Amino acid sequence: MLLQRFLIRLLTMLITLFGVAVVVFVVIRVAPGDPIAMMLPPGATDADIARLRALYGLDKTIVQQFFIWLSGVARGDFGTSISLRQDVLGLVFNRLPATLELAIVALIMAVALGGTTAVIGARERGTAVEAGIDIASGAALSIPDFLWGLVLILLFGVLVPIFDISGRVSPQLDLPFVTQFYLFESLLRLRLDLTWDLLKHMLMPAVALALPLAAIISQLLKQSLKEVLDLDYVVLARVKGFSETQVILREALKNAALPTLTLVGVQFTFLIGGTVIVERLFSYEGLGNMAIDAVINRDLPLIQGIVLVFALLFVLINLAVDMMYALLNPRLRHG
Amino acid sequence: MDEGRTPRRGISPRLWLAGGWLMLALLAAIFAPLVAPQDPLAQDLMLERLPPFWMNGAEPGYWLGTDSLGRDLLSRLIFGGRIAFIVAFAAAIAACMVGSTLGLVAGYFGGWADRIISRIVDVWMAFPPVLFAILLVAVLGTGLSSVILAIAIIDWTRFCRVIRAETMGQSRMDYVENARIAGYGRIGIMLREVLPNVVPSIVALLSLEMGIAVIVEAILSFVNLSISTDDPTWGGIIAEGRLSIHQAWWVLVFPLITLILTVLSFSQFGEALKTRFDPVLR
Repeated sequence: MLLQRFLIRLLTMLITLFGVAVVVFVVIRVAPGDPIAMMLPPGATDADIARLRALYGLDKTIVQQFFIWLSGVARGDFGTSISLRQDVLGLVFNRLPATLELAIVALIMAVALGGTTAVIGARERGTAVEAGIDIASGAALSIPDFLWGLVLILLFGVLVPIFDISGRVSPQLDLPFVTQFYLFESLLRLRLDLTWDLLKHMLMPAVALALPLAAIISQLLKQSLKEVLDLDYVVLARVKGFSETQVILREALKNAALPTLTLVGVQFTFLIGGTVIVERLFSYEGLGNMAIDAVINRDLPLIQGIVLVFALLFVLINLAVDMMYALLNPRLRHG
Repeated sequence: MDEGRTPRRGISPRLWLAGGWLMLALLAAIFAPLVAPQDPLAQDLMLERLPPFWMNGAEPGYWLGTDSLGRDLLSRLIFGGRIAFIVAFAAAIAACMVGSTLGLVAGYFGGWADRIISRIVDVWMAFPPVLFAILLVAVLGTGLSSVILAIAIIDWTRFCRVIRAETMGQSRMDYVENARIAGYGRIGIMLREVLPNVVPSIVALLSLEMGIAVIVEAILSFVNLSISTDDPTWGGIIAEGRLSIHQAWWVLVFPLITLILTVLSFSQFGEALKTRFDPVLR
């Protein structure tokens, strides 16, 4: 049952990815403006242009180009970036860790903040504290990450300049890292001075990304907690003499968390989507920032590669959440 | 939803505030040439980076100060509102038409129609929306119609998913079955019986989408991909403000406040409309 569900999901995932590949391929080839003409100096001859077009495979039909590209992708060859003249896969893998670190730090913040306010709100249900949490989460949800980023830049970059507002790490620092996962590696190497510098750069973009998700988690989890708190087994725990906080944390939370989990999965993909503009805003050297440059430079192979990597990330997260849900939900596990 | 939180009758103060701000901003945008104190494009290097009216060094007539080229900030915000509102209305309505129609068809007919439409939605959801928007505008070329088209192409899925689910729920209701027994055609039932019942959701989503469209337009002009660079846009002013943040904070603060108020108002408006239209909640 579980295996069958997994295989069906895997198949739809591949169909989705194929769809993304087709859409992005068609969209960028409809684009007016010749990327080759932009690469060459003004005096280039027609022969030069033709030679370069052939080099990048742009002289073939669109269907031929698609299948050449697709067979390359299947072998792990995403082509060569036109603007940076490097292997696309290498460029993407160089930048992806920065984006993943940012997204994961933001996710942890969102879960911590959303979870805490949900538990407090459920414990203080019907009071001014709950009303305050509702108003705060309503505002956090309605204002998108882009605007939160700007608000944070003003507050903690200009008014009270305690955090850095641009870049991933201070440029004068000597980095001993062998991977691109700077934050995780700095923790492993116990270079806490570097961890602090990285966090000082990462904190504001991460908070901007985390706030809307924290609000969603807070609202949904609080709602499910309040529903669960009226059930018999929770009442029983209360009769046994547990405090309200203990009741919520020990008894109610594990049953109320399941619906939130599914939603967090979907919302996490939105958060990753948000990294594109938030990275731009904070000049953070991640995949999203590179993507915007790639679009502006009409770097077709690089755009294709980045979009496909984002799409792969999205469907993998959805798959993981789906499987986790199936494993945790007793009805599906035994069904 | 909490019943206690939403007033049952009358208009809540939140709706007044939201509606009031939107009306004010909309009227200012429509009558921009009459309302704006200065020419939004007029540069004057003698007047560069003037602070807002309450600070030392402010000039009368330049209420919110000027940017690094000496252009009046208030006038630029008022004229920028024109583009924001045109994009909000046009893009949201276009996305709504496409998304609601497909959602209605998928939810009501089910079967192959549903499977194909849902698969397309899945593919669309696998794109990072901001990157997709930037990509589309780069492909379509900058300009007002490209921005509107790009937002509609991306955001129809929001309408489609919600309306599909709602339509599915409605289709299982007794009244739909009764209409079928009474001999109405399937398309007739869909349009005359099911559609009116999903309209509250459509209206609420429409208002929400207008707020989203304003943000997307701001993001596109922030990365310099929206309208021509001459016309003032809220995102364009923000991009300038981000660059001169340490010399002239007001160039970032005022467009930011304008955007936040507009987005909050659209979302509050949508929520309020939904509760007003929804027979169960009312």
